[in-house]
Parts: sequence; C-alpha cells; structure tokens
Amino acid sequence: MIQNRTVGSLLCAALLGTGIVGGATDVMSGSGQAFAADGEVNVYSLRQPFLIQPMLEAFTEETGIKVNVVFAKDGVIERLKAEGLNSPADVILTVDIGRLNDAVEAGVVATVEDETINTNLPASFRDPEGRWFGLTTRARIIYASKDRVRPGEITSYEQLADPKWKGRICTRSGKHPYNVALFAAMIGHHGEAKAEQWLANVKQNLARKPQGNDRAQVKAIKEGECDIAVGNNYYYGKMLDNEEQKPWADSVSLVFPTIADGGTHVNVSGMAMARNAPNPENALQLMRYLTGETAQEMYAELNYEYPSNPVVPWSEKVKSWGTFTPDDLSLAAIAELRDEATKMADRVDYDG
Amino acid sequence: MGLQTGALVADGRGGTLPGSVPPPPGLDHRKHIKAVSGDGRRFWHVLALVVVSLVLLPVATIIWRALFPTENIWPHLASTVLPGYVSNTVILMVGVGLGTFVIGTGTAWLVAMCRFPGRGVLAWALMLPLAMPGYVIAYVYTDLLEFSGPVQGLLRDLTGFETKRDYWFPEIRSLGGAIAMLTLVLYPYVYALARATFLEQSVCVIEVSRTLGRGTWSAFRNVALPLARPAIVVGVTLAMMECLNDFGTIDFFAVRTLTAGIFDVWYGMGNPGGAAQIALVMLGFVVLLIWAERRSRQRQRFHHTSSKMRPIDGIPLHGLKAGAATCLCVLPVILGFVIPAAVLTDYAFTSPVAVWSTDFLGFAMNSLMLATIAALVAVGIATLLAYAARQRAGTLLLALVRLSGLGYAIPGAVVAIGVLIPFAAFDNTLDALLRETLGVSTGLLLSGTITALIFAYTVRFLAISLGAVEAGFARVTPGMEHAARTLGHSPGATLRRVHLPMIRGSLLTGGLLVFVDTMKELPATLVLRPFNFDTLATFVYQYASDEALEACAPAALAIVITGLIPVLLLARSIGDARVTKPRP
Repeated sequence: MIQNRTVGSLLCAALLGTGIVGGATDVMSGSGQAFAADGEVNVYSLRQPFLIQPMLEAFTEETGIKVNVVFAKDGVIERLKAEGLNSPADVILTVDIGRLNDAVEAGVVATVEDETINTNLPASFRDPEGRWFGLTTRARIIYASKDRVRPGEITSYEQLADPKWKGRICTRSGKHPYNVALFAAMIGHHGEAKAEQWLANVKQNLARKPQGNDRAQVKAIKEGECDIAVGNNYYYGKMLDNEEQKPWADSVSLVFPTIADGGTHVNVSGMAMARNAPNPENALQLMRYLTGETAQEMYAELNYEYPSNPVVPWSEKVKSWGTFTPDDLSLAAIAELRDEATKMADRVDYDG
Repeated sequence: MGLQTGALVADGRGGTLPGSVPPPPGLDHRKHIKAVSGDGRRFWHVLALVVVSLVLLPVATIIWRALFPTENIWPHLASTVLPGYVSNTVILMVGVGLGTFVIGTGTAWLVAMCRFPGRGVLAWALMLPLAMPGYVIAYVYTDLLEFSGPVQGLLRDLTGFETKRDYWFPEIRSLGGAIAMLTLVLYPYVYALARATFLEQSVCVIEVSRTLGRGTWSAFRNVALPLARPAIVVGVTLAMMECLNDFGTIDFFAVRTLTAGIFDVWYGMGNPGGAAQIALVMLGFVVLLIWAERRSRQRQRFHHTSSKMRPIDGIPLHGLKAGAATCLCVLPVILGFVIPAAVLTDYAFTSPVAVWSTDFLGFAMNSLMLATIAALVAVGIATLLAYAARQRAGTLLLALVRLSGLGYAIPGAVVAIGVLIPFAAFDNTLDALLRETLGVSTGLLLSGTITALIFAYTVRFLAISLGAVEAGFARVTPGMEHAARTLGHSPGATLRRVHLPMIRGSLLTGGLLVFVDTMKELPATLVLRPFNFDTLATFVYQYASDEALEACAPAALAIVITGLIPVLLLARSIGDARVTKPRP
C-alpha cells in the first residue's frame, strides 16, 4: 500500500507540475511583467557570449545600465518575429551580413538615425536606411603552409580552382555563412556561370570532405593533410593565444587574396535595434557605446577583428599579419546573392 | 517461426484466465466492461483529448508553416542533394537501429537472466552512457582517433609510418563513425526498456518454457524476446528517432542527413516553410516506421497474468561463458562512458584552456530543475494518455495519442519554433484583449519563460515516456482491470491501485530517460530560454559550437555527473521493482 501511495503522489505532482511551473516562472525570469525597465537593456545575441561579454560588462560599468542576454545561433529571428509587439528584445547582435539581412527581411528591426553612430561608422559599414550597422570587419583569407607553399604562389581566390592544388585544399562546409558570403561575392564579380565553374573546380581540389571549423583547417595543414585552407583572419590571433593551437598557427603564413584583381573578401559582425524595443533609449545608448572608441578598441585587441570606427587603430598584432584593400562589392549585394550561392554549393555538391 | 511460438505461448498463458483467450485486439475491453457503467471514463477521455491536442500544437504549427514556403525548394533539392540526404538518413537510422538492438537487448538479457561476475555492477553501469551527450562523445573520439590523436600517434611510433598517405586508418568523421557514436550513447534506451521488461515478465513463463524442454537460448529467442518485443521495439524506435533529429553529432562529422538539409534550407536559404516541409518528410519516415512495426506485430498481445513476482535466480554461468558475458557487458560501458569520461576529466584538470566557473552550481541547479519537472510532466501526461486510450477510447483519441510522440523525431530547433509561434500568439492575443477591455498589459506571459521550455521538452520527449508507459500497460492483463472495475473501483482508483504498482518500473524508466534527455537537450533550450538563463548544456555549447571542448570540459563533466545521479538511482529502482513482495 505504501508503494501505491508513493506512485500516486508522484503522479499528482507530475500533473500539477505544469501549474507549479506557471507560478514559479514569474519569479524566476521576471517575465509576465512589461519588459520596459529603467536601467536595463535586453540583447538577443547570435554571437557567443564570451566574445561579447567584455564589451557589455564595460558598458554596464560606464552607464549603470544592466544588460540581459539571450544567446542562440539559430531561431533568434523566428523568436523575434513570433513575439511581435510584445517582444522584450532591444538590440540584436550577430555575425555575417546574411544574418543581418535576414533580420531586416523578417521585419524585426527598427530604423535608427543617430548622429553619434553615423559619425562613428563610415557609410560603407551601415545600411543607408539605418536598419543594420557593421561593428567590425573580418577578412576571409587563405592560410598557406610555410613548408609546402612558396610565398606568392597563390594570390587570389580564383587561383583556388587551379588544378595544381588538386588534393591540397581544405575548407569548412560550403553551407557555412562565411563560405556562402565568399561564394556570393564570386557570383557578384564573375556572374553565376563562371562562379559555379570555379566552385566545381575548387571542389575537385579538396583534400577531404568539408568538415570542422576554420581552425580545424589550419590544423589539417599542420598535420600535412592539405597545403592551403580558407578561413577568417582573426582565428590566427585566437590560435596564437591558445597553447595547444599555437603550433597550428606557426605552420602557416597568411595570404590576403584578391577577388577579380580587386580587394579581399570581407564580412561584418553587426547589430540592429529590435523593432518593438521596449527600452529604445537604453538600446540606443548601447549601440552608441559599441561603435565608440572603448568598445571598438576591445573588439580590435581582444577579438582581433578590424574595428569599423576609423578613429580606432587596428591592433598592432593584427597589423603585423599584413594589410589589404577590402573588396569593393557592397555587403548588401553579397547578402542578396546568398540564396544563389547556397544553391550553387548544392549543385556542385560541395559538401558531398 | 519465433513469433509463432511466441504467440502460442502467450495464448497458453492467457488460458489461465477464463474467457480471455484469444482476445481480438481492441474488442476485449469493450466486451468485458460493457456490464460496468462508463462512470469516470468520459472524464479521462476529455482530459486526454485536451492534453494531446496541446502536445500536438507545435507539430500542427510546423505543418501549417510547411504550407507557406517562400519558394518551392523541392525541384532544386531533388535535383541536387536530396538523394544523398535521404540515403544517409536511412543508413544512419538502420545502422543505429541494429546496433542499439543488438547491444541493448543482448546486455539486458544477460544481466536480467544470467549470473556472472560483475553482474550487479554492470546492471546499472550499462545505463551510464546515457548521461553522455552525443556531441561530446563524438568530439572525444575524434580527438582520440584522428591523425594527430594519441591512437594514430602510437601506431606511427610503432610502425614507422609518417604521413597520412602511408597507411590506412578508419576515418572517424564519417557516416560509419556517426553510427558508432550514436549507437554507443543510445543503446541504453533499448537496454533500460528491455531489462525492465525482462524483469517484469512473470518468471513462471520462463520456468515453464524451461520445464517444457527449451534450452536457455531457445527460451530467450522463442519466449522472452517475443514477450519483450513491444518494449524493445519502443527502445529501438526511440534510438532511431533520436538519430533522425540529431544535429550536433552529424554536423560535427559532416554527415549530410535530412536534419542538415533542414538547417540549410532554413538558415542558408532563409526559407522556414521549405525547412518545415523537409521536417514533414522526416515525420513521414517515423510514421512509416511505427506503422510497419505495428503491422508486423498484428494481433499479438502479451499481458501479465499475475503481479506475483519473485527475484529471478538467474542461470549461473561458469568459466569461459561467464568471462564472455562479463566482457560483452563491460565493453559498451567502457566505450560509451569510461573512455569519454576519462578524457573529459583529463581535459578539465590538465588543459590550460579549461574554463572553471563558480556559476556551474547555478547552471547545474537550472538543469536539474528543468529535467526533474520535465520528467514528472512527461510521465504524468504519458500515463494519462495511455490509460485514457485503454478506456474504450474513440478512434480520434486513439489516433491522436499515436501521433503525440511525433515531436521526438523533429529537430529541437524546429520544435522550438513550433512552440514559440502558438505561445507568442496566445500571449499577444491575451495582451491585446486585456489592453482593450481593462487597459492592462500582460506582455508576454508564457513566451521566454520556463513554462515554454518545459512545454517544449514535453513535446520533444513525450514519445519516450509514452513508449515506456505503454509498454508497461501492455503487459497488464485486461482481466485484472475488469476485476477491479467489477469490484466497484472507478477508472482512477483502478489505475492507482492496480496498474501503477504493476508498471512502476516502466514509469521510472520513462522518467529517467526524459530526465537525462532534458539534461542534454540543447537547440530548443537555446531558442526558448529566458534572459540570462544558462544550463550546463547551453554553457557547454557556446564553446563546443566552436569545437573548443577542452575549454568547456569541466561543464561537460558536470552534465555527465549530474546526469549520473538519477541514472544510478533509477537503475536501482528498476531492479527493486522486480523484488516486490506478493501482496495479500
């Protein structure tokens, strides 16, 4: 009988569970209230918390405004869309122009016309209508083996398709936003047919099925699995900082390739104000702060990214890796070609 | 042949209860309970209908979304990557299905029915890999087995080979690797359910079959296995559904399955409607799977004829046989738990980049709280649905209950969106209504709260608890139920006094599986959680997503350790359920 009762009460508890949760959440998450609160700002972030935490902490210290964060890579924009008018989000932080564009197209961002921000950021790093802002730039570069690739042996993205590299190239998945943006830039410069031929040839040159992240490609060079790899430039700094990964970085040299004899392909990390921001004033303060000198310097020094604010110099370390001219194709054009680029990767079965 | 014999045995057992041989499916209840008034039954039906409709809401939302794609993606997919996605998915599911069946059932039988050295420890140790998230084990084995890892390093030292081109070594980041990894962490589903069933099987059946001249192996194959089939099938189906929705492992191994396709179409091409359509194709797979199994089982029903249980003495194994049994049971534990746990521990304490934080305690509390509530809710709802379905439920309710587990086959991120949309719609409607009528704003009442999270977990994991509970119910003979009702018990009292005590092991198993799965759940948690709310899994993810597992090894270890407590507690309880004393 005792056992009967135990199970019975267990079940009761289970059935009541939902009710209890309903009551408890108000305490636990502070929701159910209006989200507008003095001295708080709510951030939906597609970037990993540890990358942006230092800037957010510095912001709180300076302004006394508390920053609440939800981090998720996928689904944040869907969440904003569903929450609609009552969404608690004030500011959206993300990497990749494609994601910024998604937010704009989903209609979840507000238009921001702010003098401070517009002074801090050159026009090329923001949407003309003020719907998104590029905080930092990163270059998609070629990592080349110091031992097996002569300096100057490869200088452009187009050369990745050269048969001489057969079985010598490593990249991450062709569906990753960073690669998709690069493929889109190729379409933008050369047209779809030529770009597709190029990508098909690059695939022929791959040493292995695309896998792992950008750093894993550099590691593969170190291990002799391939000779050149495509990756974002700041990973070089991150690898140098990491005891285990430093040997990987030491085995490669950096090439800032050209696209169509122009500049190097770049992408941005950026921000936007949420359309129904309950704390628009605080949101604006945070956005100004992130474009300001202190935060931009932190981006440069801690994350090895190129600050968008021209007043802020590149980190010395980053400068020592080499300089480059960015590709002149606009970010908006790249964002627009993203669909085509993804399908192109499917057609040549890049990941297969 | 085996099935035939199984059916005969079942009939033979049923014969001990006059009038219940052979019960035509679905009709037996009605015939017998007709005399008893339908009091209380309607209550169960209505309640179940409400609950099951809620649970199906996210699936309905996804179906609805699939009707409105931004562009028709099928011609493109069908002419490019779709065939590859489908064949990879099928191979993965079949591979993991076979692997988990063999390991899970084999070890469960040995542990439940035989005596050999280490059996007591192995009985619970075999559950341990359950606490290991799939993406963690994938990462660990990649570190060990890749070119720069210690295994190949040793090989090179021994053989004098130098570069990759000098020798062949299996590539861990492959479809085969994914099958191996997922099998190692998913076989405990089959093991737990099979063991609970073997233990709940009336020992008399086995003894009778032995007395009638069956050998050990024959008794297993022809009697115990068919009797345990519903539970084993549930376990294997769960494992297959789990690998259908897995993203972490297959993404890391660069295996392109339908789930990968969903993410491509959704994020790569900004077409959530098209992604929802692929999700529906995956649901089609599952429905087919379930249908095929049910069809092949046809009219077989196996029930307990008695709640009298006594511990099985077990067949003593000696010498080589005993050694082999021990080895067979130790192997999955070592591969699925000991090695990865050891590597994690090593990272946590020796890696210079390992992140230790005092926040872990808070994260662990969050994980524990969510997992406990989700387990209770999922088992509660499963019991309600399964029991209501037994109470002469109508076609609609039966069909809905069948479908209610579908959420398990859908990737967590997609389920999350299915939860998000109706919840936010409800919140916004209520808010608008109250603003208009009372001038008060309620804002988002449910969205972005733990309620939304628990709801998502329930939708995701109901299949697990429902599978366990139904397998338990299936073995309670209707005769007992009829007797209780005839003696004047209401359906509720019958459930409490007859069913629940008999299926306690199954309830606990279901709860345990949901608990551990919730501990490891990631994509839905990420999207739906409140501000500044981290669990151990979300903390691990922010590093693991960057393939920096050394950094989050301490937190990953914390997931494993926190997951161990319930695994051990409940593995024990499943064992105890067997030793229930006969009641007067």
